[in-house]
Amino acid sequence: MKRSGFIEELHECQEKEEKNYLSKKNIMEAAQHHQVPPARAYGVATFYTMFSVQPRGKHIIRICRNLSCHLAGAEEIVKKLRETLGIDFGQTTEDGEFTLEESSCLGMCSLSPAMMIDDVPYGNLTPAKIPEILEQIRRRENRNE
Amino acid sequence: MSEERQLRIVLRNAGLIDPDSIDEYIAHDGYSALERVISEMSPDDVIEEIKKSELRGRGGAGFPTGKKWEFTAKADSDQKYIICNADEGEPGTFKDRGIMEGDPHSVLEGMMIAGYATGTNKGYIYIRGEYALSIKRLQKAIDDAREYGFLGEHILGSGFAFDVEIRRGAGSYICGEETALMESIEGKRGEPRKKPPYPPTCGLWGKPTVINNVETLANIAPIVINGADWFKGIGVEGSRGTKVFNLMGDINWKGVVEIPFGTPLSDIVMNMGKGIRGGRKLKAVVLGGVSGSLITSEELDTPVDFNSLARIEAGPGSGSIVVLDETRCIVDIARDIAYFFRHESCGKCTPCRVGTEEMYRIIDRISKGEGEERDINTLESLGKSMMLTSFCGLGQTAPNVILQSLRKFRDEWLTHIREKKCPVNV
Repeated sequence: MKRSGFIEELHECQEKEEKNYLSKKNIMEAAQHHQVPPARAYGVATFYTMFSVQPRGKHIIRICRNLSCHLAGAEEIVKKLRETLGIDFGQTTEDGEFTLEESSCLGMCSLSPAMMIDDVPYGNLTPAKIPEILEQIRRRENRNE
Repeated sequence: MSEERQLRIVLRNAGLIDPDSIDEYIAHDGYSALERVISEMSPDDVIEEIKKSELRGRGGAGFPTGKKWEFTAKADSDQKYIICNADEGEPGTFKDRGIMEGDPHSVLEGMMIAGYATGTNKGYIYIRGEYALSIKRLQKAIDDAREYGFLGEHILGSGFAFDVEIRRGAGSYICGEETALMESIEGKRGEPRKKPPYPPTCGLWGKPTVINNVETLANIAPIVINGADWFKGIGVEGSRGTKVFNLMGDINWKGVVEIPFGTPLSDIVMNMGKGIRGGRKLKAVVLGGVSGSLITSEELDTPVDFNSLARIEAGPGSGSIVVLDETRCIVDIARDIAYFFRHESCGKCTPCRVGTEEMYRIIDRISKGEGEERDINTLESLGKSMMLTSFCGLGQTAPNVILQSLRKFRDEWLTHIREKKCPVNV
């Protein structure tokens, strides 16, 4: 029996999914692989905030609202993100590009307010920078296609 | 000015060497402590040296590191583990990220020495999943250390074998609690376990396990190289060595400082942090994270060490210093903190699951001018119940700052309730 790495396997499954989520099939396969009962596997998949059992966008935006970001004006950034993307927390843009999520402290407090888009940290945010950052990601994607 | 007051032991190499280069680490005495313990010291000698140094854990609880190691060393088992707790998640804290990104080998070397001292051959580093760069740097450090023969079988030609694996977290504050972290490594939901038994005798997969914070481990090699007496010469009675702090909030300079224990908090905020932004007055400091304590300007001269801070019901906690100036509203701060804990409670026990939810609901109502005077009493009795009856440290410490704010800034709470407005207009 493989004793560890169940969560690691869920990470890997999710990273391979274009829609950044754990499908029922993913969870069941990982559960079988690690001899974990399905109920417990689902319990794990829904416990951790980085995992999702619902399809998400290509890019996950994680914005911090904890103390230091809050003091630095995180609410303004949240407002601008909602406005620019036209979605609320937990939702995905119609084109399937972005999902907006809240995150607990990202450890970027000296650069607050801060957020991460996928693995990339963005700090010292202002509302004006938000459309620019999102546009850059969209442009990069178009170039790659 | 601020540079002179700092003393860099943990951050000795951060910013100085290329963190991706094992050669640069070695050129700065890297792995010479490992060489020394393997060639000149018995495992008992190492434990004695760490005990003599009086090093205490840097994750918040401050347990003596040498004692922890001794429990595991004495435990009789076919398998033991060393875990590095790198699940840094306390809001306002990024010191461990700085250490891992700036000097990953210092953490590994500390783990190897812990492994040698306790008779352990397997280590895990549990890093929160959001710390992508820390994960990358540590993985490179592990690969290089293995290639150079510092990890694996017959380390430096001896009979000592040790290897390290990284385990990524997946977004959960509670996993910083040591037993929840072990559950997570075992592939389960990160819910805390009943203690006792404690990890040094019954930890990961029920085996004796040493679990140390990143910063604690980064202190080990310098203690071995320079000796326990040298380390004891730094800091004050009961708190030896240095502490890494993250400075932020309404100050002129935000960032990382490493200070000898015993440095007054005012020195850190006013000199190293270069004072309050915009020439304003200081209102309070949230010290040690949102589960830590709330320090008023009258208490600012308190020396930062375990004993002095305990006298004002505070502690160094996670190593976070969030400065609030006079324009900040205490109810707004309490509301943000309550919002955080409401989200991060794992739900295992009722006092925390329901208590964090209720606390947020009441504070949110007060912040909207819909509070009643009896809410203050409710918050206080609720907070006390949570501290006394929650299953783990999360629920026991979640009310800390909120309760202290009710005591220290009571008038401001009452103004929100009686006059339905915020005195500082937030």
